[in-house]
Amino acid sequence: MTTTTPDHRPGVSGWSGRTIVAVVLAIFVLFFVIPIAWLLLATTKSAHGLIVDNPFAPGGLGDLAANWHQLFDFQDGAVTTWVGNSALYAVGALVITLLASIPAGYALALTRFRFRRALLVLTLVVMLIPNTALVLPIFLELNSVGLIGSPLSVILPMSFFPFGVYLTYIYFSTSIPRDLLAAARIDGCREFQVFSKVALPLAAPIVALVAFFSFVQSWNNFFLPFVMLPSSDGYPIQVGLTSLLASTPAFNPSSAGTQSVQLPTLALATVISVLPVLIVFLFAQRFLVAGLTAGGTKE
Amino acid sequence: MSYGFISLYTALTVAFGILPALYALYLAFTDGNGDFAGFANFTKVVGDFRFLPAVGHVAYFLVVWLIALVVLVTILAIAVHAIRVRWLGSTLRLIFYLPGALAGASSVLLWLFLLDPTASPVGGLLRLLGQSSFVEVIVPAHLPPIFAIIAFWTGAGGWIVIMYGALNNISAEVIEAARIDGAGPIQIAWRIQLPMLRKWISYMGIMSLAAGTQLFVEPQLLSQASNAVVPNDYSLNQLAYQYAFQQNDFNGAAAISMLLLVIALALSALFVLRGGLFETD
Repeated sequence: MTTTTPDHRPGVSGWSGRTIVAVVLAIFVLFFVIPIAWLLLATTKSAHGLIVDNPFAPGGLGDLAANWHQLFDFQDGAVTTWVGNSALYAVGALVITLLASIPAGYALALTRFRFRRALLVLTLVVMLIPNTALVLPIFLELNSVGLIGSPLSVILPMSFFPFGVYLTYIYFSTSIPRDLLAAARIDGCREFQVFSKVALPLAAPIVALVAFFSFVQSWNNFFLPFVMLPSSDGYPIQVGLTSLLASTPAFNPSSAGTQSVQLPTLALATVISVLPVLIVFLFAQRFLVAGLTAGGTKE
Repeated sequence: MSYGFISLYTALTVAFGILPALYALYLAFTDGNGDFAGFANFTKVVGDFRFLPAVGHVAYFLVVWLIALVVLVTILAIAVHAIRVRWLGSTLRLIFYLPGALAGASSVLLWLFLLDPTASPVGGLLRLLGQSSFVEVIVPAHLPPIFAIIAFWTGAGGWIVIMYGALNNISAEVIEAARIDGAGPIQIAWRIQLPMLRKWISYMGIMSLAAGTQLFVEPQLLSQASNAVVPNDYSLNQLAYQYAFQQNDFNGAAAISMLLLVIALALSALFVLRGGLFETD
Protein backbone atom coordinates (compact mmCIF):
# COMPACT_ATOMS: atom_id res chain seq x y z
CA MET A 1 0.00 0.00 0.00
CA THR A 2 2.92 2.31 0.64
CA THR A 3 4.99 1.27 -2.35
CA THR A 4 5.14 3.48 -5.38
CA THR A 5 3.96 1.06 -8.02
CA PRO A 6 1.97 2.65 -10.83
CA ASP A 7 -1.50 3.50 -9.66
CA HIS A 8 -3.93 0.86 -10.79
CA ARG A 9 -7.09 2.38 -9.41
CA PRO A 10 -9.94 2.63 -11.82
CA GLY A 11 -10.22 6.39 -11.78
CA VAL A 12 -13.47 7.89 -12.87
CA SER A 13 -13.06 9.49 -16.23
CA GLY A 14 -15.12 12.19 -17.81
CA TRP A 15 -16.39 15.44 -16.41
CA SER A 16 -19.90 14.28 -15.52
CA GLY A 17 -18.76 11.09 -13.82
CA ARG A 18 -16.32 12.97 -11.62
CA THR A 19 -18.93 15.54 -10.70
CA ILE A 20 -21.42 12.89 -9.62
CA VAL A 21 -18.81 11.14 -7.47
CA ALA A 22 -17.70 14.44 -5.96
CA VAL A 23 -21.27 15.45 -5.10
CA VAL A 24 -22.05 12.08 -3.53
CA LEU A 25 -18.88 12.18 -1.43
CA ALA A 26 -19.52 15.79 -0.41
CA ILE A 27 -23.03 14.94 0.79
CA PHE A 28 -21.72 12.10 2.93
CA VAL A 29 -18.86 14.19 4.30
CA LEU A 30 -21.46 16.70 5.49
CA PHE A 31 -23.59 13.90 6.92
CA PHE A 32 -20.69 12.51 8.95
CA VAL A 33 -19.08 15.84 9.94
CA ILE A 34 -21.98 18.16 10.76
CA PRO A 35 -23.17 16.31 13.89
CA ILE A 36 -19.70 16.23 15.47
CA ALA A 37 -18.83 19.80 14.53
CA TRP A 38 -22.14 21.06 15.81
CA LEU A 39 -21.82 19.11 19.06
CA LEU A 40 -18.43 20.64 19.79
CA LEU A 41 -19.77 24.15 19.08
CA ALA A 42 -22.89 23.56 21.19
CA THR A 43 -20.79 23.15 24.31
CA THR A 44 -19.69 26.80 24.03
CA LYS A 45 -23.19 28.28 23.96
CA SER A 46 -25.83 29.27 26.45
CA ALA A 47 -29.16 27.46 26.43
CA HIS A 48 -30.75 30.51 24.81
CA GLY A 49 -27.93 30.94 22.29
CA LEU A 50 -28.21 27.33 21.23
CA ILE A 51 -31.78 27.90 20.04
CA VAL A 52 -31.55 31.40 18.53
CA ASP A 53 -27.98 31.81 17.23
CA ASN A 54 -26.63 30.48 13.96
CA PRO A 55 -26.01 26.79 14.67
CA PHE A 56 -22.46 27.00 13.33
CA ALA A 57 -21.41 30.23 15.04
CA PRO A 58 -19.11 29.54 17.99
CA GLY A 59 -20.27 30.69 21.40
CA GLY A 60 -17.97 32.00 24.11
CA LEU A 61 -15.59 30.68 26.71
CA GLY A 62 -17.78 32.17 29.43
CA ASP A 63 -20.69 29.99 28.38
CA LEU A 64 -18.41 26.98 28.13
CA ALA A 65 -17.25 27.60 31.71
CA ALA A 66 -20.85 27.99 32.89
CA ASN A 67 -21.83 24.72 31.21
CA TRP A 68 -18.79 23.06 32.73
CA HIS A 69 -19.78 24.19 36.23
CA GLN A 70 -23.38 23.15 35.77
CA LEU A 71 -22.28 19.72 34.59
CA PHE A 72 -19.80 19.04 37.36
CA ASP A 73 -22.11 20.45 40.06
CA PHE A 74 -24.85 18.04 38.96
CA GLN A 75 -25.86 15.87 41.93
CA ASP A 76 -22.79 16.99 43.93
CA GLY A 77 -20.19 15.98 41.41
CA ALA A 78 -21.80 12.75 40.15
CA VAL A 79 -20.18 13.25 36.72
CA THR A 80 -16.69 13.05 38.24
CA THR A 81 -17.65 9.77 39.93
CA TRP A 82 -19.03 8.36 36.67
CA VAL A 83 -15.94 9.26 34.65
CA GLY A 84 -13.79 7.72 37.40
CA ASN A 85 -15.91 4.56 37.31
CA SER A 86 -15.57 4.35 33.53
CA ALA A 87 -11.80 4.60 33.88
CA LEU A 88 -11.74 1.96 36.64
CA TYR A 89 -13.86 -0.52 34.66
CA ALA A 90 -12.12 0.05 31.34
CA VAL A 91 -8.59 -0.13 32.76
CA GLY A 92 -9.40 -3.06 35.06
CA ALA A 93 -10.87 -5.01 32.15
CA LEU A 94 -7.91 -4.01 29.98
CA VAL A 95 -5.37 -5.44 32.42
CA ILE A 96 -7.19 -8.76 32.85
CA THR A 97 -7.85 -8.95 29.09
CA LEU A 98 -4.13 -8.66 28.38
CA LEU A 99 -3.18 -11.20 31.06
CA ALA A 100 -5.69 -13.65 29.61
CA SER A 101 -5.50 -13.11 25.88
CA ILE A 102 -1.81 -12.61 25.08
CA PRO A 103 -0.69 -16.00 26.51
CA ALA A 104 -3.80 -17.69 25.10
CA GLY A 105 -3.22 -16.31 21.60
CA TYR A 106 0.42 -17.38 21.85
CA ALA A 107 -0.48 -20.92 22.88
CA LEU A 108 -3.09 -21.24 20.13
CA ALA A 109 -0.63 -20.06 17.49
CA LEU A 110 2.64 -21.67 18.48
CA THR A 111 2.03 -24.67 20.71
CA ARG A 112 0.13 -27.90 20.29
CA PHE A 113 -2.32 -29.23 22.82
CA ARG A 114 -5.54 -31.21 22.98
CA PHE A 115 -8.71 -29.25 22.22
CA ARG A 116 -6.62 -26.52 20.60
CA ARG A 117 -8.75 -26.43 17.47
CA ALA A 118 -11.95 -26.63 19.48
CA LEU A 119 -10.86 -23.62 21.55
CA LEU A 120 -9.95 -21.74 18.39
CA VAL A 121 -13.30 -22.36 16.72
CA LEU A 122 -15.15 -21.50 19.94
CA THR A 123 -13.17 -18.25 20.15
CA LEU A 124 -14.15 -17.32 16.61
CA VAL A 125 -17.81 -18.16 17.07
CA VAL A 126 -18.10 -16.18 20.32
CA MET A 127 -16.10 -13.32 18.84
CA LEU A 128 -18.68 -12.88 16.10
CA ILE A 129 -21.64 -12.90 18.48
CA PRO A 130 -22.75 -9.38 19.39
CA ASN A 131 -21.56 -8.84 22.96
CA THR A 132 -25.03 -7.75 24.05
CA ALA A 133 -26.37 -11.25 23.37
CA LEU A 134 -24.80 -12.63 26.53
CA VAL A 135 -25.60 -9.70 28.83
CA LEU A 136 -28.91 -10.93 30.23
CA PRO A 137 -27.65 -14.52 30.63
CA ILE A 138 -24.60 -13.18 32.51
CA PHE A 139 -26.89 -11.05 34.65
CA LEU A 140 -29.01 -14.09 35.54
CA GLU A 141 -25.86 -16.05 36.39
CA LEU A 142 -24.22 -13.34 38.52
CA ASN A 143 -27.53 -12.57 40.18
CA SER A 144 -27.73 -16.16 41.39
CA VAL A 145 -24.33 -15.82 43.07
CA GLY A 146 -25.04 -12.34 44.46
CA LEU A 147 -22.40 -10.36 42.54
CA ILE A 148 -24.77 -7.73 41.11
CA GLY A 149 -23.73 -4.15 41.85
CA SER A 150 -20.07 -4.91 42.45
CA PRO A 151 -17.44 -3.49 40.08
CA LEU A 152 -16.40 -7.07 39.35
CA SER A 153 -19.81 -7.71 37.77
CA VAL A 154 -18.77 -5.51 34.85
CA ILE A 155 -14.97 -5.84 34.88
CA LEU A 156 -14.88 -9.63 34.67
CA PRO A 157 -17.40 -10.05 31.81
CA MET A 158 -15.64 -7.23 29.91
CA SER A 159 -12.34 -9.11 30.37
CA PHE A 160 -13.70 -12.01 28.35
CA PHE A 161 -12.53 -10.68 24.98
CA PRO A 162 -12.21 -13.39 22.30
CA PHE A 163 -11.46 -10.79 19.62
CA GLY A 164 -8.22 -9.99 21.48
CA VAL A 165 -7.27 -13.66 21.57
CA TYR A 166 -7.96 -13.98 17.86
CA LEU A 167 -5.87 -10.90 17.00
CA THR A 168 -2.99 -12.24 19.12
CA TYR A 169 -3.32 -15.65 17.49
CA ILE A 170 -3.09 -14.12 14.00
CA TYR A 171 -0.11 -11.99 15.02
CA PHE A 172 1.90 -14.82 16.53
CA SER A 173 1.14 -17.26 13.75
CA THR A 174 2.16 -14.84 11.01
CA SER A 175 5.02 -12.82 12.44
CA ILE A 176 7.08 -15.12 14.66
CA PRO A 177 9.06 -17.91 12.97
CA ARG A 178 8.68 -21.26 14.65
CA ASP A 179 12.43 -21.84 14.14
CA LEU A 180 13.13 -19.03 16.56
CA LEU A 181 11.17 -20.81 19.28
CA ALA A 182 12.73 -24.16 18.43
CA ALA A 183 16.20 -22.61 18.74
CA ALA A 184 15.31 -21.21 22.15
CA ARG A 185 14.13 -24.66 23.27
CA ILE A 186 17.37 -26.26 22.11
CA ASP A 187 19.26 -23.63 24.07
CA GLY A 188 17.53 -24.99 27.13
CA CYS A 189 14.68 -22.51 27.60
CA ARG A 190 11.69 -23.90 29.46
CA GLU A 191 8.28 -23.32 27.84
CA PHE A 192 7.48 -20.34 30.00
CA GLN A 193 10.86 -18.79 29.25
CA VAL A 194 10.29 -19.24 25.53
CA PHE A 195 7.13 -17.19 25.93
CA SER A 196 8.48 -14.55 28.29
CA LYS A 197 11.99 -14.12 26.85
CA VAL A 198 11.42 -14.70 23.13
CA ALA A 199 7.79 -14.18 22.13
CA LEU A 200 6.71 -11.46 24.55
CA PRO A 201 9.44 -8.92 23.68
CA LEU A 202 8.33 -9.18 20.04
CA ALA A 203 4.66 -8.74 20.92
CA ALA A 204 4.55 -5.00 21.70
CA PRO A 205 2.43 -4.08 18.64
CA ILE A 206 -0.22 -6.69 19.36
CA VAL A 207 -0.34 -5.83 23.07
CA ALA A 208 -1.02 -2.21 22.09
CA LEU A 209 -3.66 -3.21 19.56
CA VAL A 210 -5.56 -5.52 21.93
CA ALA A 211 -5.30 -2.90 24.70
CA PHE A 212 -6.78 -0.29 22.39
CA PHE A 213 -9.76 -2.37 21.25
CA SER A 214 -10.46 -3.61 24.75
CA PHE A 215 -10.38 -0.09 26.20
CA VAL A 216 -12.68 1.36 23.53
CA GLN A 217 -15.17 -1.47 23.82
CA SER A 218 -15.30 -1.34 27.62
CA TRP A 219 -15.49 2.44 27.79
CA ASN A 220 -18.37 2.54 25.32
CA ASN A 221 -20.25 -0.41 26.77
CA PHE A 222 -23.77 0.56 27.77
CA PHE A 223 -25.99 -2.49 28.12
CA LEU A 224 -23.77 -4.49 30.51
CA PRO A 225 -23.29 -1.80 33.20
CA PHE A 226 -26.88 -0.63 32.69
CA VAL A 227 -28.06 -4.08 33.72
CA MET A 228 -25.42 -4.95 36.34
CA LEU A 229 -25.14 -1.71 38.33
CA PRO A 230 -28.37 -0.55 39.93
CA SER A 231 -26.91 2.31 41.96
CA SER A 232 -25.90 5.72 40.57
CA ASP A 233 -22.62 5.58 42.54
CA GLY A 234 -21.50 2.70 40.37
CA TYR A 235 -22.54 4.04 36.94
CA PRO A 236 -19.94 4.54 34.26
CA ILE A 237 -20.38 7.79 32.33
CA GLN A 238 -22.25 6.07 29.47
CA VAL A 239 -25.02 5.06 31.87
CA GLY A 240 -24.71 8.35 33.77
CA LEU A 241 -25.77 10.10 30.56
CA THR A 242 -29.23 8.61 31.03
CA SER A 243 -29.52 10.34 34.43
CA LEU A 244 -28.51 13.63 32.84
CA LEU A 245 -31.01 13.06 30.05
CA ALA A 246 -33.74 12.38 32.60
CA SER A 247 -32.96 15.76 34.21
CA THR A 248 -33.10 17.72 30.95
CA PRO A 249 -36.42 19.58 30.74
CA ALA A 250 -36.15 19.89 26.95
CA PHE A 251 -36.55 16.11 26.66
CA ASN A 252 -38.33 15.40 29.93
CA PRO A 253 -40.67 18.27 30.86
CA SER A 254 -41.44 16.78 34.27
CA SER A 255 -37.84 17.29 35.36
CA ALA A 256 -37.79 21.10 35.62
CA GLY A 257 -36.31 21.94 38.99
CA THR A 258 -33.16 22.98 40.78
CA GLN A 259 -31.14 20.07 39.40
CA SER A 260 -32.28 20.55 35.82
CA VAL A 261 -29.74 20.25 33.01
CA GLN A 262 -29.71 22.63 30.05
CA LEU A 263 -29.12 21.43 26.49
CA PRO A 264 -25.55 22.78 26.09
CA THR A 265 -24.63 21.10 29.37
CA LEU A 266 -25.97 17.82 28.04
CA ALA A 267 -23.94 18.39 24.86
CA LEU A 268 -20.83 18.92 27.00
CA ALA A 269 -21.57 15.69 28.86
CA THR A 270 -21.82 13.86 25.53
CA VAL A 271 -18.44 15.23 24.46
CA ILE A 272 -16.82 14.31 27.78
CA SER A 273 -18.31 10.82 27.62
CA VAL A 274 -16.45 10.09 24.37
CA LEU A 275 -13.39 12.29 24.74
CA PRO A 276 -10.84 9.58 25.67
CA VAL A 277 -12.01 7.39 22.79
CA LEU A 278 -12.19 10.27 20.33
CA ILE A 279 -8.61 11.30 21.11
CA VAL A 280 -7.29 7.78 20.66
CA PHE A 281 -9.25 7.45 17.42
CA LEU A 282 -7.65 10.61 16.04
CA PHE A 283 -4.11 9.64 16.90
CA ALA A 284 -4.25 5.93 16.24
CA GLN A 285 -5.99 5.79 12.89
CA ARG A 286 -3.30 3.74 11.15
CA PHE A 287 -3.16 1.37 13.97
CA LEU A 288 -6.85 0.90 13.87
CA VAL A 289 -7.09 0.26 10.20
CA ALA A 290 -4.39 -2.39 10.56
CA GLY A 291 -6.42 -4.04 13.34
CA LEU A 292 -9.71 -3.90 11.49
CA THR A 293 -8.34 -5.61 8.43
CA ALA A 294 -6.02 -8.02 10.25
CA GLY A 295 -8.93 -10.23 11.18
CA GLY A 296 -9.60 -11.38 7.65
CA THR A 297 -7.29 -13.42 5.50
CA LYS A 298 -6.35 -12.03 2.13
CA GLU A 299 -8.05 -13.27 -0.99
CA MET B 1 2.51 -26.06 29.81
CA SER B 2 0.19 -24.90 27.04
CA TYR B 3 -2.65 -25.33 29.51
CA GLY B 4 -1.01 -22.75 31.75
CA PHE B 5 -1.06 -20.22 28.92
CA ILE B 6 -4.74 -20.74 28.19
CA SER B 7 -5.94 -21.22 31.78
CA LEU B 8 -7.12 -17.65 32.51
CA TYR B 9 -8.76 -17.23 29.12
CA THR B 10 -10.44 -20.64 29.41
CA ALA B 11 -11.73 -19.74 32.88
CA LEU B 12 -13.22 -16.50 31.53
CA THR B 13 -14.72 -18.36 28.55
CA VAL B 14 -16.41 -20.83 30.86
CA ALA B 15 -17.58 -18.22 33.37
CA PHE B 16 -18.85 -15.58 30.92
CA GLY B 17 -19.48 -17.50 27.71
CA ILE B 18 -20.53 -21.08 28.38
CA LEU B 19 -22.01 -21.04 31.89
CA PRO B 20 -24.32 -18.05 31.38
CA ALA B 21 -25.60 -19.60 28.16
CA LEU B 22 -26.25 -22.93 29.90
CA TYR B 23 -27.86 -21.26 32.91
CA ALA B 24 -30.13 -19.20 30.66
CA LEU B 25 -31.00 -22.42 28.83
CA TYR B 26 -31.88 -24.03 32.17
CA LEU B 27 -34.02 -21.06 33.22
CA ALA B 28 -35.77 -20.96 29.86
CA PHE B 29 -36.98 -24.53 30.31
CA THR B 30 -37.95 -24.37 33.98
CA ASP B 31 -40.55 -22.45 35.96
CA GLY B 32 -40.11 -20.17 38.97
CA ASN B 33 -39.79 -23.19 41.30
CA GLY B 34 -37.11 -24.87 39.20
CA ASP B 35 -39.47 -27.54 37.83
CA PHE B 36 -39.20 -28.55 34.20
CA ALA B 37 -41.61 -26.47 32.16
CA GLY B 38 -41.08 -27.66 28.60
CA PHE B 39 -41.73 -24.89 26.12
CA ALA B 40 -44.13 -23.05 28.43
CA ASN B 41 -41.84 -20.03 28.80
CA PHE B 42 -41.41 -19.80 25.06
CA THR B 43 -45.12 -20.03 24.32
CA LYS B 44 -45.72 -17.43 27.05
CA VAL B 45 -43.30 -14.84 25.65
CA VAL B 46 -44.22 -15.47 22.03
CA GLY B 47 -47.89 -15.16 22.97
CA ASP B 48 -47.24 -11.92 24.86
CA PHE B 49 -49.10 -9.08 23.11
CA ARG B 50 -45.84 -7.08 23.04
CA PHE B 51 -43.76 -9.80 21.36
CA LEU B 52 -44.94 -9.63 17.74
CA PRO B 53 -44.86 -5.82 17.57
CA ALA B 54 -41.28 -5.93 18.93
CA VAL B 55 -40.32 -8.47 16.26
CA GLY B 56 -41.94 -6.22 13.65
CA HIS B 57 -40.07 -3.13 14.87
CA VAL B 58 -36.72 -4.91 14.84
CA ALA B 59 -37.38 -6.48 11.43
CA TYR B 60 -38.39 -3.16 9.86
CA PHE B 61 -35.29 -1.50 11.31
CA LEU B 62 -33.08 -4.32 10.02
CA VAL B 63 -34.46 -4.13 6.48
CA VAL B 64 -33.89 -0.38 6.22
CA TRP B 65 -30.49 -0.49 7.88
CA LEU B 66 -29.05 -3.50 6.04
CA ILE B 67 -30.08 -2.22 2.61
CA ALA B 68 -28.61 1.22 3.36
CA LEU B 69 -25.46 -0.33 4.76
CA VAL B 70 -24.79 -2.74 1.90
CA VAL B 71 -25.57 -0.29 -0.90
CA LEU B 72 -24.02 2.87 0.51
CA VAL B 73 -20.92 1.34 2.10
CA THR B 74 -20.07 -0.42 -1.16
CA ILE B 75 -20.59 2.71 -3.25
CA LEU B 76 -18.65 4.93 -0.84
CA ALA B 77 -15.75 2.49 -0.52
CA ILE B 78 -15.42 2.21 -4.30
CA ALA B 79 -15.72 5.99 -4.72
CA VAL B 80 -13.09 6.70 -2.04
CA HIS B 81 -10.84 4.06 -3.54
CA ALA B 82 -11.03 5.76 -6.93
CA ILE B 83 -9.60 8.98 -5.53
CA ARG B 84 -6.01 9.33 -6.65
CA VAL B 85 -4.99 12.17 -4.35
CA ARG B 86 -3.64 10.31 -1.37
CA TRP B 87 -4.22 12.86 1.41
CA LEU B 88 -7.78 13.44 0.23
CA GLY B 89 -8.56 9.72 0.32
CA SER B 90 -7.13 9.22 3.79
CA THR B 91 -8.86 12.34 5.13
CA LEU B 92 -12.19 11.11 3.80
CA ARG B 93 -11.69 7.72 5.44
CA LEU B 94 -10.91 9.41 8.75
CA ILE B 95 -14.02 11.60 8.46
CA PHE B 96 -16.24 8.60 7.74
CA TYR B 97 -14.61 6.64 10.51
CA LEU B 98 -14.59 9.20 13.32
CA PRO B 99 -18.27 8.90 14.33
CA GLY B 100 -17.44 5.32 15.33
CA ALA B 101 -15.87 6.81 18.45
CA LEU B 102 -19.36 7.85 19.55
CA ALA B 103 -20.89 4.50 20.30
CA GLY B 104 -23.89 3.58 22.39
CA ALA B 105 -25.54 6.21 24.52
CA SER B 106 -23.33 9.08 23.33
CA SER B 107 -24.35 8.82 19.69
CA VAL B 108 -28.02 8.43 20.58
CA LEU B 109 -27.84 11.55 22.74
CA LEU B 110 -26.21 13.47 19.91
CA TRP B 111 -28.99 12.39 17.55
CA LEU B 112 -31.65 13.46 20.03
CA PHE B 113 -30.31 16.99 19.58
CA LEU B 114 -30.21 16.64 15.81
CA LEU B 115 -33.80 15.40 15.70
CA ASP B 116 -35.18 18.19 17.86
CA PRO B 117 -36.17 20.92 15.38
CA THR B 118 -35.77 23.71 17.95
CA ALA B 119 -32.11 22.95 18.68
CA SER B 120 -31.02 21.04 15.59
CA PRO B 121 -28.43 22.47 13.18
CA VAL B 122 -30.59 20.99 10.42
CA GLY B 123 -33.85 22.25 11.89
CA GLY B 124 -34.61 23.89 8.56
CA LEU B 125 -34.36 20.53 6.83
CA LEU B 126 -36.66 18.93 9.41
CA ARG B 127 -39.23 21.70 8.98
CA LEU B 128 -38.95 21.33 5.22
CA LEU B 129 -39.98 17.72 5.75
CA GLY B 130 -42.97 18.97 7.73
CA GLN B 131 -41.63 18.27 11.22
CA SER B 132 -41.94 21.16 13.62
CA SER B 133 -41.46 19.48 16.99
CA PHE B 134 -39.47 16.66 18.55
CA VAL B 135 -42.64 14.69 19.27
CA GLU B 136 -43.63 14.87 15.60
CA VAL B 137 -40.20 13.64 14.52
CA ILE B 138 -40.26 10.57 16.72
CA VAL B 139 -43.72 9.21 15.93
CA PRO B 140 -43.52 5.38 15.83
CA ALA B 141 -43.60 5.14 12.04
CA HIS B 142 -40.37 7.16 11.80
CA LEU B 143 -38.39 5.18 14.32
CA PRO B 144 -36.95 2.33 12.23
CA PRO B 145 -35.45 4.74 9.66
CA ILE B 146 -34.22 6.98 12.50
CA PHE B 147 -32.49 4.07 14.24
CA ALA B 148 -31.08 3.00 10.88
CA ILE B 149 -29.64 6.49 10.33
CA ILE B 150 -28.07 6.52 13.80
CA ALA B 151 -26.58 3.04 13.34
CA PHE B 152 -25.32 3.93 9.86
CA TRP B 153 -23.76 7.17 11.07
CA THR B 154 -21.88 5.36 13.83
CA GLY B 155 -20.93 2.14 12.10
CA ALA B 156 -20.59 2.71 8.36
CA GLY B 157 -17.10 4.25 8.53
CA GLY B 158 -15.50 1.15 10.01
CA TRP B 159 -16.95 -0.97 7.22
CA ILE B 160 -15.88 1.55 4.55
CA VAL B 161 -12.32 1.23 5.87
CA ILE B 162 -12.54 -2.57 5.77
CA MET B 163 -13.94 -2.57 2.21
CA TYR B 164 -11.25 -0.12 1.17
CA GLY B 165 -8.61 -2.53 2.48
CA ALA B 166 -10.22 -5.37 0.54
CA LEU B 167 -10.27 -3.27 -2.64
CA ASN B 168 -6.54 -2.68 -2.21
CA ASN B 169 -6.03 -6.44 -2.27
CA ILE B 170 -7.38 -6.77 -5.82
CA SER B 171 -4.37 -7.28 -8.02
CA ALA B 172 -3.24 -4.49 -10.31
CA GLU B 173 -2.97 -6.79 -13.32
CA VAL B 174 -6.64 -7.72 -13.25
CA ILE B 175 -7.79 -4.10 -13.26
CA GLU B 176 -5.21 -3.13 -15.89
CA ALA B 177 -6.27 -6.00 -18.15
CA ALA B 178 -9.90 -4.97 -17.85
CA ARG B 179 -9.03 -1.40 -18.69
CA ILE B 180 -7.05 -2.44 -21.76
CA ASP B 181 -10.07 -4.47 -22.84
CA GLY B 182 -11.99 -1.22 -22.77
CA ALA B 183 -13.87 -1.49 -19.47
CA GLY B 184 -14.93 1.84 -17.96
CA PRO B 185 -14.93 2.59 -14.21
CA ILE B 186 -18.56 1.54 -13.80
CA GLN B 187 -17.94 -1.76 -15.56
CA ILE B 188 -14.82 -2.39 -13.51
CA ALA B 189 -16.76 -1.70 -10.32
CA TRP B 190 -19.66 -3.92 -11.36
CA ARG B 191 -17.79 -6.84 -12.93
CA ILE B 192 -14.54 -6.98 -10.95
CA GLN B 193 -14.62 -5.04 -7.71
CA LEU B 194 -18.12 -6.03 -6.64
CA PRO B 195 -17.60 -9.80 -7.12
CA MET B 196 -14.27 -9.56 -5.30
CA LEU B 197 -15.94 -7.79 -2.39
CA ARG B 198 -18.74 -10.32 -2.11
CA LYS B 199 -17.27 -12.19 0.85
CA TRP B 200 -16.73 -8.99 2.79
CA ILE B 201 -20.18 -7.70 1.95
CA SER B 202 -21.78 -10.90 3.20
CA TYR B 203 -19.61 -10.71 6.32
CA MET B 204 -20.84 -7.17 6.93
CA GLY B 205 -24.44 -8.21 6.28
CA ILE B 206 -24.37 -11.19 8.63
CA MET B 207 -22.57 -9.40 11.47
CA SER B 208 -24.91 -6.42 11.16
CA LEU B 209 -27.96 -8.67 11.09
CA ALA B 210 -26.81 -10.35 14.30
CA ALA B 211 -26.01 -7.02 15.96
CA GLY B 212 -29.25 -5.41 14.78
CA THR B 213 -31.47 -8.04 16.40
CA GLN B 214 -29.98 -6.83 19.71
CA LEU B 215 -31.40 -3.30 19.33
CA PHE B 216 -31.56 -1.80 22.82
CA VAL B 217 -29.87 1.49 23.65
CA GLU B 218 -31.50 3.56 20.88
CA PRO B 219 -35.15 2.86 21.74
CA GLN B 220 -34.31 2.79 25.47
CA LEU B 221 -32.98 6.35 25.49
CA LEU B 222 -35.61 7.58 23.07
CA SER B 223 -38.31 6.12 25.27
CA GLN B 224 -36.86 8.00 28.21
CA ALA B 225 -36.47 11.24 26.26
CA SER B 226 -39.98 11.17 24.82
CA ASN B 227 -41.92 10.63 28.04
CA ALA B 228 -42.76 7.12 26.83
CA VAL B 229 -44.16 8.21 23.44
CA VAL B 230 -41.73 5.50 22.38
CA PRO B 231 -42.70 2.47 24.48
CA ASN B 232 -40.10 0.88 26.75
CA ASP B 233 -40.80 -2.53 25.19
CA TYR B 234 -40.11 -1.41 21.63
CA SER B 235 -37.40 -3.99 20.86
CA LEU B 236 -36.91 -7.66 21.82
CA ASN B 237 -34.00 -6.96 24.14
CA GLN B 238 -36.05 -4.29 25.88
CA LEU B 239 -38.88 -6.77 26.31
CA ALA B 240 -36.45 -9.27 27.85
CA TYR B 241 -35.24 -6.48 30.14
CA GLN B 242 -38.85 -5.72 31.15
CA TYR B 243 -39.43 -9.38 31.97
CA ALA B 244 -36.34 -9.48 34.18
CA PHE B 245 -36.61 -6.12 35.93
CA GLN B 246 -40.29 -5.10 35.90
CA GLN B 247 -42.00 -8.46 36.16
CA ASN B 248 -39.22 -10.34 38.00
CA ASP B 249 -39.83 -13.18 35.56
CA PHE B 250 -36.31 -14.46 34.96
CA ASN B 251 -37.60 -17.54 33.15
CA GLY B 252 -39.40 -15.40 30.59
CA ALA B 253 -36.37 -13.12 30.23
CA ALA B 254 -34.16 -16.18 29.73
CA ALA B 255 -36.52 -17.51 27.04
CA ILE B 256 -36.26 -14.28 24.99
CA SER B 257 -32.48 -14.12 25.54
CA MET B 258 -32.23 -17.71 24.35
CA LEU B 259 -34.14 -16.93 21.15
CA LEU B 260 -31.82 -14.00 20.42
CA LEU B 261 -28.71 -15.97 21.37
CA VAL B 262 -29.65 -18.86 19.10
CA ILE B 263 -30.07 -16.46 16.17
CA ALA B 264 -26.68 -14.84 16.88
CA LEU B 265 -24.96 -18.20 17.35
CA ALA B 266 -26.43 -19.66 14.19
CA LEU B 267 -25.36 -16.67 12.09
CA SER B 268 -21.89 -16.63 13.60
CA ALA B 269 -21.32 -20.40 13.29
CA LEU B 270 -22.62 -20.35 9.73
CA PHE B 271 -20.09 -17.72 8.87
CA VAL B 272 -17.13 -19.26 10.66
CA LEU B 273 -17.73 -22.69 9.14
CA ARG B 274 -18.85 -21.67 5.65
CA GLY B 275 -17.66 -18.11 5.11
CA GLY B 276 -13.98 -18.87 4.60
CA LEU B 277 -12.95 -15.39 5.68
CA PHE B 278 -11.21 -16.28 8.90
CA GLU B 279 -8.19 -18.40 9.42
CA THR B 280 -8.60 -21.34 11.77
CA ASP B 281 -5.35 -22.94 10.61
